[in-house]
Amino acid sequence: MLTFVVRRLVSAILVMFSISVMVFLIFFATPGVNPAARIAGRSASPQVLAQVSAEFGLNRPLPVRYGLMMWHLFVKQDLTSYVNIGVRVIPQITGAAPVTLSLVLGAAVIWLIVGVLGGLVAAANRGKWIDPLIMFGGIAAVSIPVFWLGQVVGLLTQTKFHSVFRWLPGSGYVSFSQSPGQWALHLLLPWLTLATLYAGVYARVLRAELVNAMNEDYVRTARAKGLSERRILVRHALRCSLISVVSLFGLDFGSLVGGAALLTEVVFGLPGIGMLTDTSLQNLDLPVIMACVMYGAFFIVVASAVVDVLYAVLDPRVRVVK
Amino acid sequence: MRDLSVSFATRQGLVRAVDGLNLEVGPGEVVGIVGESGSGKSVAMYSVLGLVRDANASITGSVTFEGSEILGLSDKAMQPLRGGRIGMIFQDPMTALTPVFTVGWQIVEQIRQHTDMTKAQAKDRAIELLAEVGIPDARRRVDSFPHEFSGGMRQRVVIAMALSCNPRLLIADEPTTALDVTTQAQILELMGRLRDTHGSSIVIITHDMGVIAEMADRVTVMYAGRPVESGPETDVVRAPRHPYTWGLLGAVPRLGQRSDRLATIPGNVMSPLDVPEGCAFAPRCEYAMPACERRPVMTGDRHEHACWLSPEQRVAIRASVESRS
Repeated sequence: MLTFVVRRLVSAILVMFSISVMVFLIFFATPGVNPAARIAGRSASPQVLAQVSAEFGLNRPLPVRYGLMMWHLFVKQDLTSYVNIGVRVIPQITGAAPVTLSLVLGAAVIWLIVGVLGGLVAAANRGKWIDPLIMFGGIAAVSIPVFWLGQVVGLLTQTKFHSVFRWLPGSGYVSFSQSPGQWALHLLLPWLTLATLYAGVYARVLRAELVNAMNEDYVRTARAKGLSERRILVRHALRCSLISVVSLFGLDFGSLVGGAALLTEVVFGLPGIGMLTDTSLQNLDLPVIMACVMYGAFFIVVASAVVDVLYAVLDPRVRVVK
Repeated sequence: MRDLSVSFATRQGLVRAVDGLNLEVGPGEVVGIVGESGSGKSVAMYSVLGLVRDANASITGSVTFEGSEILGLSDKAMQPLRGGRIGMIFQDPMTALTPVFTVGWQIVEQIRQHTDMTKAQAKDRAIELLAEVGIPDARRRVDSFPHEFSGGMRQRVVIAMALSCNPRLLIADEPTTALDVTTQAQILELMGRLRDTHGSSIVIITHDMGVIAEMADRVTVMYAGRPVESGPETDVVRAPRHPYTWGLLGAVPRLGQRSDRLATIPGNVMSPLDVPEGCAFAPRCEYAMPACERRPVMTGDRHEHACWLSPEQRVAIRASVESRS
């Protein structure tokens, strides 16, 4: 098991390295594009262009440039944005990351609980009225766009029913270290909004997996053993169905933390990674864009490595035999 | 088992998977059910344990076990029987075990479902059982996962599990079909030994007359969901009365008997949707006659059969077949 984990981590590091090379090449070695002009932003003066050229070693060979870039980004961490002059890139990322992490973590807890319970209840009551009801709820949750739901929720709580929801703060973010209570209150609506879509997806996926599993031979064996239907569903079928839910969760979680929660962040005014990526794209702030891409890729790679390890925990067939 | 029928409502019409099956199993007795694939033998035994869970299925008749009716009992009422008083072995050991739990865990789960044993006691019992069914190094293997066993070994695990609560009746659904020939012989020998030591009755479902000759005290031959012949194993195998049983027995190749090709029964099992009103086997029967338009009933004393051939005709046919070969 330990060798499996180590091996998986080593391969994750290799993937990270290749991603960094590819991102670097796309930004700095695309033919016909002057990277200095890209980094310096729109309408930069010749002096600034020269400064950029010197700082990033743009007249030196490609591998050296790659090394310099990574040196500035990760070791010295002094890569600066030329659009917002003098603002360093790394602190922007480290400032935005906790916001996104708070948002996604809370939402993930909600959607996992709601999704798994929904899937279980629907599968257990197959053929009764509650199953199609939950599945309809699921498809509705999947179909509602996040930006619409977020706006409507915001509108309702802040204007029409404001007297009822007086205890809810407006949009914005309060960090956990400042005030845990305010942190949770500020994030409550974003959590629910983001979780709605995923809870719907997970309930539907899990139900389908469970229904499949309940037709497997081992479930027939479990019945022939005299186990209760509930035990068969929860211990045998759910345990096997969770394997695919876990892989889904890893990728969703990774991409959300990496910036895919953009819509929720924008709607609720949360200064997270998604929002940072969005603004830097609008300003063509190349160093920030690059850092955001690397950061997002990092979380997806980490998440899929964690998923693989979890896989091995859940499914003994995946484990490498020593 | 009295007049058991299982039918499924399908889009194309009613499928009678089992049609009027009678079966009696005494204590310590081994009863075989033989028939081609699709003859309804597995479905019949699944319905005994309430394992036919299709919403379109309707099951009629009567199944009594140790003096009480068990057909149509609720899942809750069936639980103590399933795995406790009645053990079941399935056809395909490769998929019959939950892949994510160790074999020991799965046996312990069943033992603890039916007894008050502690975890440690149940685990010791599981190791004992695994050793009993011939798994070497059982103490270590009890913590292995199903995929770490070969097919034959997995079938032994399934058998150990089925036996874990000392069932009075063991239902074995083609226990050797998925295994290679040497393993088959070992598993059959194992089941025979267990019958002797545990004194359980066994119902063995198979399409292999060889298995029947090896194991069974009595046999019921099924065709298209209907019983066509039943009686003591020696009678049915030595002096079969139904043309279908002749075919089944003829399809077992024998050593020392050279023939250019294996004997087969002409045709296939018909679609369960168009089983004829009369004798179900008539369309494939070499000896079909006008009487076969009507459905034959099981007649005979200990050795029953459902065929319109008269004893004299039967003797004549057998004599002519023997003179041919």
